Amino acid sequence: MLTLKENQLDAFFALIEKKRELYLPVEQNTGKSEFKRWAEGDKYSTALRTTRSAKNFFFAKSENLYDIEMNDKKVEVIDTRKDCNDFVIFGVRACDVRSFDVLDNVFLADPVDSYYKNRRDHGLVISMACSKPAATCFCALFDIDATSPNGDIQAWHVDDTYYFDPITEKGDAFVEEFKECFTEADDAPVRKQKEETLNKIEKLPFVKLNLDGFATEEKLTELFDRPEWKDLSEACLGCGTCTYVCPTCQCFDVKDYKVSEGKTKRYRVWDSCMYSNFTKMAAANPRLTQTERFRQRFMHKLVYYPIKNEGMYGCVGCGRCLVSCPVSMNIVKVIKTMGDN
Amino acid sequence: MSTEIMKRAAELLKSGEVSLVLGWRVGDFDYDLTPSKFRTAEDLEKNCIYNDFSAANLSKYLIKTLRKEEGKVLVFLKSCDTYSFNQLLKEHKFDRERVYIIGVPCDEKVDFDKVKTILGEDIIKMKSDGTTVTVTTTEGEEKTIAKSEVILQKCVNCKSRKHVVYDELFGDEGEVLNSHRFDEVAKIEAMKPEERYEFWRGELSRCIRCNACRDVCPACTCEHCVFDNEESGVEQKVASNDFEENQFHIIRAFHVAGRCTDCGECSRVCPEHIPLHLLNRKIISDIDEFYGDYQAGDDVDSIAPLTMFNQVDVEPSIVKSRGDN
Repeated sequence: MLTLKENQLDAFFALIEKKRELYLPVEQNTGKSEFKRWAEGDKYSTALRTTRSAKNFFFAKSENLYDIEMNDKKVEVIDTRKDCNDFVIFGVRACDVRSFDVLDNVFLADPVDSYYKNRRDHGLVISMACSKPAATCFCALFDIDATSPNGDIQAWHVDDTYYFDPITEKGDAFVEEFKECFTEADDAPVRKQKEETLNKIEKLPFVKLNLDGFATEEKLTELFDRPEWKDLSEACLGCGTCTYVCPTCQCFDVKDYKVSEGKTKRYRVWDSCMYSNFTKMAAANPRLTQTERFRQRFMHKLVYYPIKNEGMYGCVGCGRCLVSCPVSMNIVKVIKTMGDN
Repeated sequence: MSTEIMKRAAELLKSGEVSLVLGWRVGDFDYDLTPSKFRTAEDLEKNCIYNDFSAANLSKYLIKTLRKEEGKVLVFLKSCDTYSFNQLLKEHKFDRERVYIIGVPCDEKVDFDKVKTILGEDIIKMKSDGTTVTVTTTEGEEKTIAKSEVILQKCVNCKSRKHVVYDELFGDEGEVLNSHRFDEVAKIEAMKPEERYEFWRGELSRCIRCNACRDVCPACTCEHCVFDNEESGVEQKVASNDFEENQFHIIRAFHVAGRCTDCGECSRVCPEHIPLHLLNRKIISDIDEFYGDYQAGDDVDSIAPLTMFNQVDVEPSIVKSRGDN
């Protein structure tokens, strides 16, 4: 397997950054890690999870769609897609890599979202296997293997060595381009780490929850009508924290911003089904109370999405909502209450 | 203590004196408590707990609950929560007669996220005995840390152990503390303007505009928030440029000025760990300086300094000059 010593990592990053934009998790002054553009002196953070997910790279928090400029009576529409450069995301965990598949099913299905596709085409994903899962991790529940994290190139970190395994054409080409950085070495340490990690994952509290009955059309109405939604949603503040830290939440709104006289920006922003004015129509938000909004979020992830996508759930078990929800209400509590657990 | 408190609440529920209880429902890990309604004594005694992780301020839930429910509602309030309660009462958000307050003693809450940052993420059990936090990992290993090292930000420099309102109190009557809460403000005030600007731009740059700070805030009780009004041009959701997000926090801080009790819920819920309470605290310290010491929520009768005019009030030019340096 291709390897790189830990002390060579910064030189590797510097080389990538010369040719592409490089993003990786870096520890912030809060002690938490977030993806950021690499700059000389930044240290790759091996933290298990970034506060925000990696979805921002393909489905940005705020994305300029086009600019409109009016000169006299001529209106010019300026496409912004060309502004996207080739980029590499390093250190993406298996849950976040799966979230790209979840997003692909939405944005790359006909009609293709050309903005999303544009970013997808420009991006290369180097994933990173987990070795210290958190008690709040449950990716295994959705058949995600945290020790084989996929992406264009999968990577492992064992002791002072990084191991790389390209698994797509894009990954092969990248490895070829940077081949002087790597040396071949036996992958026995990786196999050993995988085994140990899988043993740890086995013991996590939520990896064996029962999902029977969620992703079936027959049970849809029954689940929808369950009275427990009311109690579960009671404490919900209606904030958007869960949807914004979630790697698979994909709702957005399109808005205009008047930059100056004759200049307008059309942009899209993350939206949240938790908000009172989400999908507002002539009358109102069709989901009048927080109970209905709350139900929508979980029905979408656990019922509607898998029914439409051959059983793939709209949750990847990253556990971010378990950590960030101000009232500690989350998808695990929903699965436990609504499922046969 | 929790068992006794719940026993008493269960009594009141059984006797029909109150029709429901607002408390904290146990979760999966001991620390992940959810504010919840309890309608039966059985549910209450089994699933409601008051411990070092019961950080959520329940006072704001009373607004919604009292509108929807019949009868009297019992609520557990910590000392800082009672200030929020009084402030809401002052703003006529609900009827005092319909609430039964059990004051619960508090000696600072634990930040479970901080515990995990220090002791590791593989924690399945977390207990606090008031001085030490003990955790159990998925591998069955036990680790401990002193509680003083993992105090919630909002409890560092606690302003008061005094319950300013209650019907029944567990524990001893507390006192207003000689808090050092304005030291953090002074540190920022001492910065050069450019430094201060960079500090806030840096902190606020992490904002994801989830609105949790607003939604949890007991002072944010508008029926329809300006940031929920798409006609306003400053609607919730991520803004077109990052300065707008900064503006959101500044507007919010000004809007709750004089009404913010410094309960610190905004900083507790921020998923990005932005020290939002410092914005409010700065305004509180300015109000103290310009109009004399004032603590929102201390009582329900006094007139707040920003809602009255007094001849000895500070001249606007003095206030303005503060912004020049």
